[in-house]
Amino acid sequence: MSPILFYIFAAMTLVFAVAVVANRNPVASALSLVVSFLGLAALFVGLDAYFIAVIQVLVYAGAVMVLFLFIIMLLNIQAEERRKINVPAYAAGGLVTVAFIAQLWFVLQKFELGKTAFAPLAEKHVDDVRNVGNTLFSTHNLPFQVIGVLILVATIGVVVLSKRELK
Amino acid sequence: MDFLTSADFWFLSLTSLAKTIFLIFLVVLPMVSYTVYAERRVSALIQDRVGPNRTGFPTSLIPGISKDFSPFLGGLGQPVADAMKFLLKEDFVPGHVNKLYFWLAPCLAMMPAIVTLAAIPFGSSFLGVKMVVADINVGLLFMFAISSVSVYGIVLAGWSSNSKYPFLGGIRSTSQMISYELCMGLSAVPVLLVCGSTGLSAIVNYQVREGWLLAPFTNGGLSFREIALWVPIIIAFITFTISMFAETNRLPFDLPESETELVAGYHTEYSSMKFALFFLGEYTAMIAGSALIVVLFLGGWHLPFIPDGAGQGGLAFLHAIPSWIWGLVNITAFFAKVAVLLLVFIWVRWTLPRFRYDQLMKLGWLYLFEIALVNIFLTAGILAFTK
Repeated sequence: MSPILFYIFAAMTLVFAVAVVANRNPVASALSLVVSFLGLAALFVGLDAYFIAVIQVLVYAGAVMVLFLFIIMLLNIQAEERRKINVPAYAAGGLVTVAFIAQLWFVLQKFELGKTAFAPLAEKHVDDVRNVGNTLFSTHNLPFQVIGVLILVATIGVVVLSKRELK
Repeated sequence: MDFLTSADFWFLSLTSLAKTIFLIFLVVLPMVSYTVYAERRVSALIQDRVGPNRTGFPTSLIPGISKDFSPFLGGLGQPVADAMKFLLKEDFVPGHVNKLYFWLAPCLAMMPAIVTLAAIPFGSSFLGVKMVVADINVGLLFMFAISSVSVYGIVLAGWSSNSKYPFLGGIRSTSQMISYELCMGLSAVPVLLVCGSTGLSAIVNYQVREGWLLAPFTNGGLSFREIALWVPIIIAFITFTISMFAETNRLPFDLPESETELVAGYHTEYSSMKFALFFLGEYTAMIAGSALIVVLFLGGWHLPFIPDGAGQGGLAFLHAIPSWIWGLVNITAFFAKVAVLLLVFIWVRWTLPRFRYDQLMKLGWLYLFEIALVNIFLTAGILAFTK
């Protein structure tokens, strides 16, 4: 990927990620998050990871965010009102942020692999769908199945809870 | 940066640009306007009316020619007149709308439909250039992903209009698209299992080799495996086509804009070119959907006995004719198949009555979803036993 494109999409991801928090209107926030996801997907394409990029759009930008928007509209959430500045809360938030950035900094310092550039891909196209599928169903088969059962339990729980309300 | 200056890069950019311009401006957009015309003529035919048969091309504007040019069918100039009407009408924005999103929505309805076309292989090759704009190995997933983004246009239109009927239309559309996206994805899985790839070019190449999925005899013979696979493929084709009708908001599933209940649904408050963009988006999505059905089930650009654009395959004596002619024939064959499917879309619209909303949801979740799910296991079983 050309560095120019990388900077454009990285900036897009970050700017709209900030817009999610900064916007007062929940619909605008949700849409900013969608654009941020699209920028992230473009960065994945730059790494030749087409499958991950497409799934990013399909699952997050397409399905999850549509549901978010749906809920926001159905509940008719209004724009947030400006609150009084709460000094201890801001201080604590700042502290957590600084601690998090410091942690990241130390971890990245010790990450030796990040210092060397990766060799270019041997083939022009990687069959990433097949690779992801193979890994998922061989090495990581047990966690994958467990996640499936977990999601099933959650789905049944939702159905039970929503049906109880009807009675 | 050496890639940016290489001849390869310039060749790729220029051919991609040429293919995009050809596909969007020379094929799909004219196809959209003539699908609208066909819709009006076919509906007239079904309802025993005449339909628009007068408007010709305005050649009488040129000095020296006294008559408008109105070729064989009559009314072929209608799309031009329609376009002029949309462009010249007053673009009225009601005072109670949310301006930014009201402007954004029509663009969001139109753009994803066009972007999905990028992954469609609309021909074999022409003068050595592959006839697909972006030949990615996840083509099918790409199309699903982008078309799942297209729901934002309708949702935002309904929300930003700030009035009851568009809002109901937007809400209906969201739940309808989320439900049927699932069915559509699941009913395409048997095709992926049989072809062993998610790339659309690979799926077409498989069908060139082994016969079209819906008509496996097109490669000359029928094996036991092909006959056994025929059953799940036909089921997949039916569920996929029904989901496609729901995804493109076409009757009998056009609940988001059902005019008897919701005035015009999500685009009630829109006028002029903004309304036209919704209209174009809907028809472009229809074309993209038909193209996807052609690629998945009807062999893409392939015709039996006809060689491809590199002069390979087909009947031997046809190889004497230059291969670029076969490239053109393949492109024509693809769009002819798409046109036939568009006629089916229109035919269904003017034949079936509209579903009720709860019936639509019931059909999606209680029947199509289960059928598509069982169909995957059926296909996998047949593939495993007839290896």
